Amino acid sequence: MEKVLEVKHLKKYFPVKGLFFTKGWVKAVDDISFEIYKGETFGLVGESGCGKTTTGRTILRLIEPTAGEILFEGKNVMELKGDELKWFRRKAQIMFQDPYSSLNPRQTVFEIIMEPVRFHGIEVNDPEEFVINLLKSVGLNEMHLYRYPHEFSGGQRQRIALARIMALKPEFIVLDEPTSALDVSVQANILNTLKDLQEKHGFTYLFISHDLGVVKYMSHRMGVMYLGKLVEVGPADKIFENPLHPYTQMLLSAIPVPDPEMAKELKAKRKIIKGEPPSPINPPAGCRFHPRCPFAKDVCKKEEPPMVEVEKDHYVACWLYAKS
Amino acid sequence: MPEPILQVRNLTVHFYTYAGIVKAIEKVSFDVYKGETFALVGETGCGKSVTSRALTQLIESPGRIVEGEVLYYRDDGSVVDLLKLDEEQIREIRGNEIAYIFQDPHASLDPLYTVGYQIAEAMEVHEKVESIKEGIKKAIDILRAVLIPDPERRVKNYPHELSGGMKQRVVIGIGIANNPKILIADEPTTALDVTVQAQILDLINQLKEKYKATVILITHNLGVVAETADRVAVMYAGKIVEIGSVDQIFKNPLHPYTKGLLKAVPNPMTKIERLEAIPGTVPNLITPPSGCRFHPRCPFATEVCKRKIPELKELEDGHFVACHLY
Ligand SMILES: Nc1ncnc2c1ncn2[C@@H]1O[C@H](COP(=O)(O)OP(=O)(O)OP(=O)(O)O)[C@@H](O)[C@H]1O
Ligand SMILES: Nc1ncnc2c1ncn2[C@@H]1O[C@H](COP(=O)(O)OP(=O)(O)OP(=O)(O)O)[C@@H](O)[C@H]1O
Ligand code: SF4
Ligand code: SF4
Ligand SMILES: [Mg+2]
Ligand SMILES: [Mg+2]
Repeated sequence: MEKVLEVKHLKKYFPVKGLFFTKGWVKAVDDISFEIYKGETFGLVGESGCGKTTTGRTILRLIEPTAGEILFEGKNVMELKGDELKWFRRKAQIMFQDPYSSLNPRQTVFEIIMEPVRFHGIEVNDPEEFVINLLKSVGLNEMHLYRYPHEFSGGQRQRIALARIMALKPEFIVLDEPTSALDVSVQANILNTLKDLQEKHGFTYLFISHDLGVVKYMSHRMGVMYLGKLVEVGPADKIFENPLHPYTQMLLSAIPVPDPEMAKELKAKRKIIKGEPPSPINPPAGCRFHPRCPFAKDVCKKEEPPMVEVEKDHYVACWLYAKS
Repeated sequence: MPEPILQVRNLTVHFYTYAGIVKAIEKVSFDVYKGETFALVGETGCGKSVTSRALTQLIESPGRIVEGEVLYYRDDGSVVDLLKLDEEQIREIRGNEIAYIFQDPHASLDPLYTVGYQIAEAMEVHEKVESIKEGIKKAIDILRAVLIPDPERRVKNYPHELSGGMKQRVVIGIGIANNPKILIADEPTTALDVTVQAQILDLINQLKEKYKATVILITHNLGVVAETADRVAVMYAGKIVEIGSVDQIFKNPLHPYTKGLLKAVPNPMTKIERLEAIPGTVPNLITPPSGCRFHPRCPFATEVCKRKIPELKELEDGHFVACHLY
């Protein structure tokens, strides 16, 4: 399969500023590697602050990485300049969580969608017809053409954001919690639209979410992050059926499922793990999960576990599966 | 027979805004039984918080409780209508026999005071302790009860020194400080990660058993309902559309909205080919749809649905639905 994106040893540290000098670093993303193939959805899950958004933004060069390499269709993203950078800015897009702040309140839907089209110098014969077709493809219509963002509901605003992205005919879209601000009945609509568009245009998605149900529904493959590290990567079905990393197991067992019988069963098996994620400023040595892990051994406190392939395409970074 | 602790009848709250009268909740009726966990579920703006706040007259201007009664069955056998009490009488009950846990710990904790002081104050107001000093001592036990490690040290912390999960535990601590009979938890875990959510829900359950309290749980998360509630009321656009046991609601949903909602949520433990979405959006409550408020989005709507408001009817034991199909 064709790789759209390759991320190698990506790091992003943010300085923690003291009064006069840098007091330390937030290791928001700390040496992660993964690949995304053409036409697939790669889900990225993990709890608040684990580095999902930082990963998505660094990949798009919206923030500079501290170290590592990002290859987009084989090209080193950090070295792109001039026309090539402009090409990348068009082919790789992002959709944000907040449908309220991502649209300019003083522009009509028509202007919102046409602005980046003009910026990228994309030739359009009949702009009005062009925008109407885009609106239709995301479930809106010509009635909405000259309205302003405040006249729309949250779900409709996310559709406008999506139409704006589609106008640029991208290859790859980072979807950062695209439905977290929406109600479930509206969320289902947007998720289905995203799936349909992917099928039709062959889009590749990086889908960021903390809602595991949504990630399961959307993703072909997925990665689980904990405190700046990728701890498990594999096909979504396999990870849900057979989670390998103790953190993934704990995360999955904590999800409340919307089915009372299943919930009873799962709850009885659930291990409620004490404690909360530690701060990424001084992350624990060795395996970052060791202070909360019921299986931690000596080596876990000293050495970082390597990523190993346990079954086909299913990788985990944990000493239970690797030889020290 | 389950004994009621609350009987809510025709509760109606309007907000008088410049844009018009927001009919936030309209003739809401339900019973809550002693010792159960009763969930109010529905999407943003459907009236869950307004309903729960109206139970103890906690509605501020421009809002007003227009109609209704909330009968509260006290332990001594007496019954009071909470909506008929004057300001001083309801204050004695609120935060004491009936306590709240709100969604946003930032809004319910004062950044200028230590958590110990805030728990102590909640007790002192209701004369459970003689002084703040005594209250702070008791606060240590409360922090321990809500599973905060090292409570002797934490009692002196300010809210910003605690993580989100710990803050929510402090808010729960304030809620249970006076051993309430009814604990109203409004989205107590919405701002938290799933692993912390599991801890907090588990904690609320343990405290409920320990103090033999009744819990009213407000949430939009159907997973949380399925795993914690005994009975459920589903709200849509300011009305209750269905009430039943958790099994009745999840296995045999009757109202078209409940059915749609259940099909729209992805269950992470099952394979779903395609989620079913509910078309359209939630109506505005200044000019809500006539008749059944769900009719513009309902695939089964008929002529009568536009004209006539459906009343709650009991179709099977304890299972109520407000829909003209039945
Ligand atoms: N600009 C910044 N300056 C300093 N620290 C930052 C900055 N952006 C993010 N961080 C920190 O980096 C870590 C990772 O943040 P990030 O936003 O990537 O997490 P996330 O997984 O997207 O979380 P959430 O689920 O809450 O959106 C956090 O500790 C965060 O506080
Ligand atoms: N102070 C107010 N002024 C005007 N309208 C209000 C006010 N408070 C609430 N409302 C309206 O009352 C309705 C019910 O609001 P409520 O807060 O009960 O919803 P909710 O179900 O708790 O939603 P959420 O899940 O978002 O918390 C909404 O339409 C809201 O806009
Ligand atoms: S490496 Fe050790 S501490 Fe980390 S998850 Fe595996 S067993 Fe637990
Ligand atoms: S009353 Fe009519 S419109 Fe309302 S839910 Fe029932 S069938 Fe649908
Ligand atoms: Mg984020
Ligand atoms: Mg609310």
